[in-house]
Amino acid sequence: MTRPTQLESTEAGPYWEATRARQFVLPWCTTCERPFWYPRAACPGCLGSGIEWRQASGRGTVYAVSVQHNAALPEFKDRVPYAVALVELDEGVRFMTNIVNVDPLAVAIGQRVHLTWEPIEDGRAVAVFEPEQEDSSGTDL
Amino acid sequence: MPGHEWKRGAAAIVGAADMVSPTGELDGTPRAIETAVIGEALAGAGLTIADVDGVASCVGGLFMPSVELAEYLGIQARWTDSTQIGGSSFEAHVEHAAAAIQLGLAEVVVVSYVSLPRSTAKRGGRGFSGAAGQADAAAAGVVAPRLEWEMPFGMQSPVGAYALAASRHQALYGTTSEQLAQIAVDTRSWAALNPKARYRDPLSVDDVLASPMVASPLHRFDCCLVTDGAGALVLTSAERARDLAATPAYVLGAATAHSHQMISQMPDLTVTAGSVSGPKAFELAGVSVAEVDVAELYDSFTITVLLALEDLGFCPKGEGGPFVADGKLGPGGSFPAQTSGGGLSYTHPGMFGMFLLVEAARQIQGAAGPRQVPEVDVAVAHGVGGVLSATSTVVLGTEATL
Repeated sequence: MTRPTQLESTEAGPYWEATRARQFVLPWCTTCERPFWYPRAACPGCLGSGIEWRQASGRGTVYAVSVQHNAALPEFKDRVPYAVALVELDEGVRFMTNIVNVDPLAVAIGQRVHLTWEPIEDGRAVAVFEPEQEDSSGTDL
Repeated sequence: MPGHEWKRGAAAIVGAADMVSPTGELDGTPRAIETAVIGEALAGAGLTIADVDGVASCVGGLFMPSVELAEYLGIQARWTDSTQIGGSSFEAHVEHAAAAIQLGLAEVVVVSYVSLPRSTAKRGGRGFSGAAGQADAAAAGVVAPRLEWEMPFGMQSPVGAYALAASRHQALYGTTSEQLAQIAVDTRSWAALNPKARYRDPLSVDDVLASPMVASPLHRFDCCLVTDGAGALVLTSAERARDLAATPAYVLGAATAHSHQMISQMPDLTVTAGSVSGPKAFELAGVSVAEVDVAELYDSFTITVLLALEDLGFCPKGEGGPFVADGKLGPGGSFPAQTSGGGLSYTHPGMFGMFLLVEAARQIQGAAGPRQVPEVDVAVAHGVGGVLSATSTVVLGTEATL
C-alpha cells in the first residue's frame, strides 16, 4: 500500500514530529481556547500566535464520505475502491482522511470512527480512521 | 460613500461570442483563438479593438493575465482585472467591469477566456495547468495546504470534493441519485438544440445511473466534460450601448463571495457562498427570484446546480431534489436552466463561467436561436469556482427591466 510523498509545511512540523511517536496532536489557540485545523502560523479565529500542541482523542464522526472508484494518483491504484471522508473530530475540527479496515461502500455519514496509523517509510505516519468496534453499522468484516 | 451607490443597468453586455466545437477540440494557438473570439464579440457589438480601454482575463499569462492579453491585442488599458477565482472569475470580471464603467473608469471592456485542455492532453501536455514549482516550494517548507492535507488521501480532484458535498446532501435531505441525474438529463435536452455542443444524443436517468461510478455518489454523467473552448464578452456604458446596433443585456446586479479553498475547510458542505452572492446580486438588481426567466447555473457537476438552486433561493434549502425531479429545468419546462447544454453536455474547458454569461446575454438579446426561451426579461448567470469555493452571481435584464 503506497501513498504519494507526504509533504510537510513549516507550520505543521510539530504535528508530523508527533506522528513519529504515534501521537495525534492538534494546534490549540491559547487565546480562543480551541483547536484549529489545518496548522497555521496563527489562529484563524483571532490571528493570535499563541499555539499549543495538545493531544487529541483520535475519535470522531463521519461528516461526509465518497468512495473513489478511480485512483486519484498512481500510488492509490491498489486501493481502489477506497473511502475518502471528512471526519468531525470530537475536538470540533474537521479532518480529511481515509476510512480503512471496512468495506468502503458500507461507510456511512454519522458513523463513529477512531484513529489508526499508517506508517510512512521515513518514520512519520498518516492518520487514517476505522469504525468503532461497538458500532456495527456499516461494518461487515 | 454618498453618490456612489450601485446603479442598476448603468453598464451592459453588448457583445458575446463563444468558440466551441462538437469535436471538443479547437485548432490554433490559444492566443490566436482568443483573438478571434474577441473579434467576433466586438463585431457583434459594432465596436473595434480601438474602442477598448479596459480588459479582464484570468488565464494565458503566467504572471499578469490581463496585462499580457492587452499587450498582445495592442490595447492601452486604463482599467484592468486579472481576478482569478476559478470558474466564477468571469462573473466577477463583469461585476467589477460594470462598477468601473459606472464610475467612468472604463468605457469599453473586453472579458476573455480560452483553454484547450483536450487538444493539449492529446499532445502529451498536462491539460489543466499543473503544480509547477511545487517541489522547490516544498523544499523551502512552503506547501499548498491541499497538497499536505488532502492529496495524501487520494481524493480525485475536483470530483471527489463535489461528491463529498453530494453525500452530505443525500444523508441530510434524502436527495436521490435519480434527482441529481435528472439535472444531467435536462441539460442534455438543451444541448440537443445547440449545434456546437459536444454531446447531443438523448440521455435518460437510467443512462446516468448506469454510467460508471467515479466518486460516490457521482456517476460519470453527473460530471462535466473536458473540452477546448473560448469565449468573450464586451461591456460598455448604458449611454454608449444605446448608440450601438446590438441589443444590450443590462447588468442589473452582481455580487461575489467565497467561503474556503479546500473542501475540508468548507463550513457546511450543503451551503455554498452562493447563499451570499445570490441574494446580494438580486438585491442590487432590484428583482426577486420569481422574476428570473432563465437561469444559467454552473454545472461542473449535477450537485453544483442543485446547491445553487437552493442557495440562490429558487427553492428552500434541502428541497433541490424534489424541485428538479419533474424535469422543469429542461426545454419547455417551467424553470429553463443551463440552456446552452451546460458544462455537462456542451463544453467545459475548465472554467465554465464565461459560457454562462455568453448564453445569458444571448437569451436577453433574443439571440439564442432554437434554444431561445420565450419572453426573457431577466436572466441570471451564477459561476462557481474551485470546489464550491467561490461564487459570483450576475443578473442581466432587458431594456424593459430598467
